[in-house]
Amino acid sequence: MRAMNPLRRFVNKIREINKQYAKPRIKLSRRTSFALLALRLYLIILVILLAYKFFTIL
Amino acid sequence: MRRGTSRGFSRTKLLPQLYYLYRRFRKQLAIFAVILGPGIIVMVADNDAGGITTYMVTGSEFRYSFVWVLLLLFPVAYTCQEMCVRLGAITKRGFAEAIFDAFGSFWGWFSLADLTITDALTIVTEFIGMTAAMSIFGIAPWMTEIIVIAFIMAIVINGRYWTWEKIVLVLCVVNLIYIPAAFLVHPNLSKIFWTGVVPGFPYGLTSPVVFLLMANVGTTIAPWMIFFHQSSVIDKGLRAKDIAYERADTALGAFFTVVTASVLVIVAGTLLYGMKVQSAAMASRLLMPINSYVGTLVAVGLFDAGLLGAIAISMTSAWAFGEIFGWSHSLNAKKGQSKGFTLFRLLILTFAASIVLIPGAPLVTITLFVQVIAVTLLPAALMFLILLLNQEELMGKYKNSRAQNAIAGTIITVIIILSTLYGLGTVFPGIFG
Repeated sequence: MRAMNPLRRFVNKIREINKQYAKPRIKLSRRTSFALLALRLYLIILVILLAYKFFTIL
Repeated sequence: MRRGTSRGFSRTKLLPQLYYLYRRFRKQLAIFAVILGPGIIVMVADNDAGGITTYMVTGSEFRYSFVWVLLLLFPVAYTCQEMCVRLGAITKRGFAEAIFDAFGSFWGWFSLADLTITDALTIVTEFIGMTAAMSIFGIAPWMTEIIVIAFIMAIVINGRYWTWEKIVLVLCVVNLIYIPAAFLVHPNLSKIFWTGVVPGFPYGLTSPVVFLLMANVGTTIAPWMIFFHQSSVIDKGLRAKDIAYERADTALGAFFTVVTASVLVIVAGTLLYGMKVQSAAMASRLLMPINSYVGTLVAVGLFDAGLLGAIAISMTSAWAFGEIFGWSHSLNAKKGQSKGFTLFRLLILTFAASIVLIPGAPLVTITLFVQVIAVTLLPAALMFLILLLNQEELMGKYKNSRAQNAIAGTIITVIIILSTLYGLGTVFPGIFG
């Protein structure tokens, strides 16, 4: 087997993981979709607030 | 079937029946003794160096008035961790792997990256606590760190989960050292009951009260606890039939956590009330001239809390990475089989220890930052947990009932709101007036 450098091996492993878990297996009911959407919005707002704080400190 | 003869407690059969009950109880106790571990470890380790600081500050500022809040945290901690037990025992998958599998790689990578950053920074705070505690006894920080890392790596060297667990359980028992400290300070029990156990806000609902309320509740469930508990249930090999015992283990752990937290508030409230306490190490130093025994017990307890935290949290990230990258990630793995798992733990511990040794490192900022980063992961982890527990094809008859969803949903909503407000209050100190 051709020896690969560690970085390439790592990238390949990440690709393999992404492929393996490409599709969510959970049953996406309305409630689940809403919960995930709310989570995305929550995280976006939180990141905006943290970024604001970071830039006002600088 | 005739009543009172074959099944009932007839006089002639009373003794054999009592003997049977006694034998059954002994058998169940023996099984419980074998199974207990993950629940106690995760709960006691939750009272880590950061937690000890929160309780000491709470007691020194508001005496006993938060004890009832801490007692209420028992069902909160138990409800969240009980779900991890069921998820682990039924799916035989760690929480990281469960997120990847159920919600896809986006949420998987988000959780894994956030967990790793939170864990690394939390371990920094554990080392801050441990080095500060040992410096009270004249031990240099670098020496404390070397001994701690060597110890944490050594306790897994024989490749058996059982050995590791027994050693960590001994450290959990040491964590109860605060209880004799409470007896030594001779607190006024009547005052504790009327001003602490009976719910109320004798100091009003001012912004410092609200902030400490959020700190106490918000730190009850940390993201690493969910990942750790599930992975340890799997590594121990617990199955569906063990869930009842593991629930009892979790309840016992939650009881110890609440008792330890309350005792610390009582100790600080009795001896340090009115003093400006900023950390647990500072509290220990302040206690030394007042009562050297209590000061020593608090310092030893702080070191133990930091050590337990570092052991559990470093294990959490290593387990999570092992699950996703396919490394051998069991404490039962033979020597040489789990190089990635071992190396990862060594790296995260060395990184955290090095940060503490850097002269002028922003340790206070790091401590505050931990709360903020945890806030980004905790709501996601709790939401994933409850969504997974509602998947019938995954959980079968062990999925959440309506009542469980109502209780867990309410608790999780409160935790998310309070921990978010706490995180925001840390970043924007003037936000609550």
